[in-house]
Amino acid sequence: MGEILMVPALGKILLGLLLLASSLSALGSSSPSPDVRILSAERRVDLTSSIVKVYLTLKVENSGASHAADIFLAFSPTETEHLAIIKASLPEGKRKKKKYIPLDVNPTELSEAPNGAKLFSVSLINPLMAGETAVIEVLYILTHSLEPFPAEISQSESQLVYYRDSAVLLSPYHVVEQIMYIKTPTSKIESFTRVDPTNRAGTELKYGHFHDHPPYYSSPILVHFENNKPFAVVEELVREVEISHWGSLQVKEYYQLKHAGARHKGVFSRLEYQARPSINGASSFKQLLAKLPPRVNSVYYRDAIGNISSSHLRTDYQKSELEIEPRYPLFGGWKASFVIGYSVPLEDFLFESPEGQHYLNFSFGCPLYETLVDSLTIKVVLPEGSKSPSAVLPFGADQYLEKTFSYLDVVGRTTVVIKKKNVVPEHNVPFQVYYNFNPIFMLAEPLMLITAIFLFFSACIAYLHMDLSLAKKA
Amino acid sequence: MGAKTGSSPPVVLPPASSGTALFPSLNTLKLKTKQQELLIRVSILALVYVLAFAIRLFSVLRYESMIHEFDPYFNYRTTLFLTEKGFYEFWNWFDSESWYPLGRIIGGTLYPGLMVTAALIYWTLRFLRFAVHIREVCVLTAPFFASNTTIVAYFFGKEIWDSGAGLVAAALIAICPGYISRSVAGSYDNEGVAIFALLLTFYLFVKAVNTGSLAWALASAFGYFYMVSAWGGYVFIINLVPLYVLVLLVTGRYSMRLYVAYNCMYVLGMLLAMQIRFVGFQHVQSGEHMAAMGVFFLLQVFYFLDWVKFTLNDPKLFYSFLRIALTCAISVGSLALGVGMATGYISPWTGRFYSLLDPTYAKDHIPIIASVSEHQPTAWSSFMFDFHILLFLFPAGLYFCFKRLSDATIFIVMYGLTSMYFAGVMVRLILVAAPAVCLISSIAVSATLKNLTMLIRAKNNATPMGSSKGASLKASAKASSFDQPLPYQRNVAIALLLGAFYLLSRYAIHCTWVTSEAYSSPSIVLAARGAHGGRVIFDDYREAYFWLRKNTPADAKIMSWWDYGYQITAMGNRTVIVDNNTWNNTHIATVGRAMSSYEDEAYDIMKSLDVDYVLVVFGGVTGYSSDDINKFLWMVRIGGGVFPVIKEPEYLVNGEYRVDKGAAPKMLNCLMYKLSYYRFGEVTTEYGKPPGYDRARGVEIGNKDVKLEYLEEAFTTSNWIIRIYKVKPPKNRW
Repeated sequence: MGEILMVPALGKILLGLLLLASSLSALGSSSPSPDVRILSAERRVDLTSSIVKVYLTLKVENSGASHAADIFLAFSPTETEHLAIIKASLPEGKRKKKKYIPLDVNPTELSEAPNGAKLFSVSLINPLMAGETAVIEVLYILTHSLEPFPAEISQSESQLVYYRDSAVLLSPYHVVEQIMYIKTPTSKIESFTRVDPTNRAGTELKYGHFHDHPPYYSSPILVHFENNKPFAVVEELVREVEISHWGSLQVKEYYQLKHAGARHKGVFSRLEYQARPSINGASSFKQLLAKLPPRVNSVYYRDAIGNISSSHLRTDYQKSELEIEPRYPLFGGWKASFVIGYSVPLEDFLFESPEGQHYLNFSFGCPLYETLVDSLTIKVVLPEGSKSPSAVLPFGADQYLEKTFSYLDVVGRTTVVIKKKNVVPEHNVPFQVYYNFNPIFMLAEPLMLITAIFLFFSACIAYLHMDLSLAKKA
Repeated sequence: MGAKTGSSPPVVLPPASSGTALFPSLNTLKLKTKQQELLIRVSILALVYVLAFAIRLFSVLRYESMIHEFDPYFNYRTTLFLTEKGFYEFWNWFDSESWYPLGRIIGGTLYPGLMVTAALIYWTLRFLRFAVHIREVCVLTAPFFASNTTIVAYFFGKEIWDSGAGLVAAALIAICPGYISRSVAGSYDNEGVAIFALLLTFYLFVKAVNTGSLAWALASAFGYFYMVSAWGGYVFIINLVPLYVLVLLVTGRYSMRLYVAYNCMYVLGMLLAMQIRFVGFQHVQSGEHMAAMGVFFLLQVFYFLDWVKFTLNDPKLFYSFLRIALTCAISVGSLALGVGMATGYISPWTGRFYSLLDPTYAKDHIPIIASVSEHQPTAWSSFMFDFHILLFLFPAGLYFCFKRLSDATIFIVMYGLTSMYFAGVMVRLILVAAPAVCLISSIAVSATLKNLTMLIRAKNNATPMGSSKGASLKASAKASSFDQPLPYQRNVAIALLLGAFYLLSRYAIHCTWVTSEAYSSPSIVLAARGAHGGRVIFDDYREAYFWLRKNTPADAKIMSWWDYGYQITAMGNRTVIVDNNTWNNTHIATVGRAMSSYEDEAYDIMKSLDVDYVLVVFGGVTGYSSDDINKFLWMVRIGGGVFPVIKEPEYLVNGEYRVDKGAAPKMLNCLMYKLSYYRFGEVTTEYGKPPGYDRARGVEIGNKDVKLEYLEEAFTTSNWIIRIYKVKPPKNRW
């Protein structure tokens, strides 16, 4: 993560040439313009949970002659690998009336950045004219970026992790002034790299202000600190959403949960854990909270060998919260798997589009708080007889169709499968699945049952009235 | 077939005898008496069918749809394997997850009937597009077959007495606790389908004897085949049926019908049974099956003699011939048996068989059989608990049977008496006796009720009540014998009738209570009343098994007492050293020896068995009494039976088994004690008691400072019921 991206002199010249060439080719929008400068950059790195959140505020100035339609953000290869989501917005208005206008962020395929750095372009709504400045706020989330060290701890030890970053913002632009804050969950910081000026106050580390850094400059830092927040990672989550036009939506979620923190070694003493769980099990977690839709009913929580009795459901009109406890507390490296299922009224989630199509509006992502999902699969099982399904997602994901067979299905139900890797709670936004459905198909299954029972009784009557014996009775 | 009435007229009839045609429209719907009777009978049977299923669902409602106890977990695991991999793979399955390092050939050492049945039901439902889970099918298999048993009981009752007795038998067996105990939802065990198969075989055989029809005998052979495929208890059939035939021969009731029925049933049943790998050639090779073969030959001799008698037509000549023939037959037979026994072709009786005939045999010779609680001799209280009023109705029924002796009643009497004897020998065999007791009692109930109602209706008959014809015609015919009615006869009859109904209702109440209180607990999940009256659930077993499943290496070997073997492999998905299929006594004794040795000696044994984890069950914190410390003496006994190093008296103090300060030093330092009580000395379990107070045994433990050298605590469940220890790797030698 902390590769030094000091660009050698030759590379710099080459890069300059390349940049010049690209700007000459009047494609200023497709690569970072050398005329754009970042006047000030403020980074706030939030390390208080197992997921790293970075809030970045950039004040950009276009000092060149041509306008700039895109602003580029640079990430190191390791960061790119762990990047779950990146959002940019343009704040507008002052103080209380402040509004945020979301901006499009897209990865670019530019290979000109040194050392494999990856560029993301933020498309501004109004291109930045010469001499103008703009403020952009960016939020990006990194997963699996806290490395436990030591990698194995005993029951009573606290979990310490490394965080690697650069004290200086990696940027394709010249940065005039910048500062970085790192917030840790507790004030227990074992060590951190000093890059003057560096300040530490309580749970906060401050790097900066730094002045006048050239593009692609970086200065690696390493923070070693205590983090006992649940390192809950769902390695695989499969959510099955089954639509029944008879009035309910059944959701079934299969979790493969893991404690991804420092591995537990040696003894697990129940006695010590029961006596003082906060000390003798500091790094473990025993419960998780899932946010379910309001009006949820028939909730169950079980696993491969049966029901798990330790769960509580709280419902109100805005949301339902399901508190679940795995069968045992999870220490580093321990795994658990379980299934949560529930059903919700159909009218809360199924709507009709103006074109006469039905569409399901359901939340993407994992209902568990503060939990990241390595691989998420959503299967939307449409009613039998549905046609032309299509999914609309706010972000890219793999999609394909398959057939599912449930009770009394003859031709199978069309199922829209959506797959996405590296999902964080910020992905919990609605997505839509559109499809055509003729309500006459709803009657197919009841009619099948009625016919079967009718045939059974007819057979009984026929049997009672028929004499099948060969020899006539006396 | 009771439901079939041949060519009966249409259901809707024109008003035939509209004496008081107040409701002509209703009158048109009026059924004929015969049809009414059929309707009532069918609806009663349907209700009984539903009732038998419904009463077994207590455990599902109270807990959840889950598999119970120990053996059902193995059955569930194999069924899962069967549905996933198919029959061929199942038949050839070598299971390396149990009996490490020996393994077990599953296909050749189990009765596949139950698994195949469940898989067939599952596949059928799947084919009919019912997307059920195999677990649901397994959980509901036993109640489903219990319902089917009621139907068989009805036909059986009808065959031996009349359809009234059949209905009563169906109703009695539907809720008989002795049967429910092994057929509640989730009790996915062989007995669940085997009792159905047993009763079906008997019914078909009796039917075959009554009719002399090859078709019924063939059906009976297939019933027998199903029974053989489902349960080891088929030995009961293959011994009872020849015994019955023998009794018929002795009592001079030999007939062609019997000859046809038995020969067809025996020969085909034997050939079919040989298709089950686990049974194989036992029908011709094992001592337990020789009675059937002997009776088969005897029948041939009987037939032959009959023929000779017919052809000779001379009593004197025949008598001398009989002498020669009998001497020859007996000497040839005994010679063959003697040669077979001597050469080892015919195996002698097994210990299990002996222990059935002689209740004290197991105690002295096979501790592993004696250690199982369900193999203990039955106490009177459990007879009362499982049969309630049937226990008193049974002799009454026998009286009625003897009064109207026929081939069929002789059969049911013999079935009842022999199975009652076996039920007395072993608790679990109450199950086998239950259908017989229900059938015989139903004869008593039905006959008594019939007599009483006849007495009451005899008076009524005088007043014109023409509506009920068919039944009362017969009744009046019989009632004519009571020409001079005794004083208050009718009132007494009514009182007795009410008394009978009171008794029967008590029976129903008792059965419901027993089912809900005693027989519907899965024993995997324990429930107790909390301090505030609420229900507290101890789900420690599954907690531990799931922990094993998820957090140990996939090839970890778990050592535990054999009771938990099936559960560990099914729920924990890990390899075990011994399990509930107690086929290798030495292996179990090795585990018993490890548990009862000092830690360093045990370590060597565990290393030689590649043990990674040791699992013990401990009830000291919760007061759960069926834990390993309470089973420990059996481990010592079984271990000592093979390895004389282990001596039972070393664990006892003056013949007394104790775990407190006065316990034997060997006891206080053996592996089982250490693993159970590791760090328990620091726990305060009950207010006002010293730390280390064992609630299961009500004493303060004797060794509070347990130190482990070769093992370390890996996991203990939240209520301490299961404790898992990891065997440390060997120390470096340098």
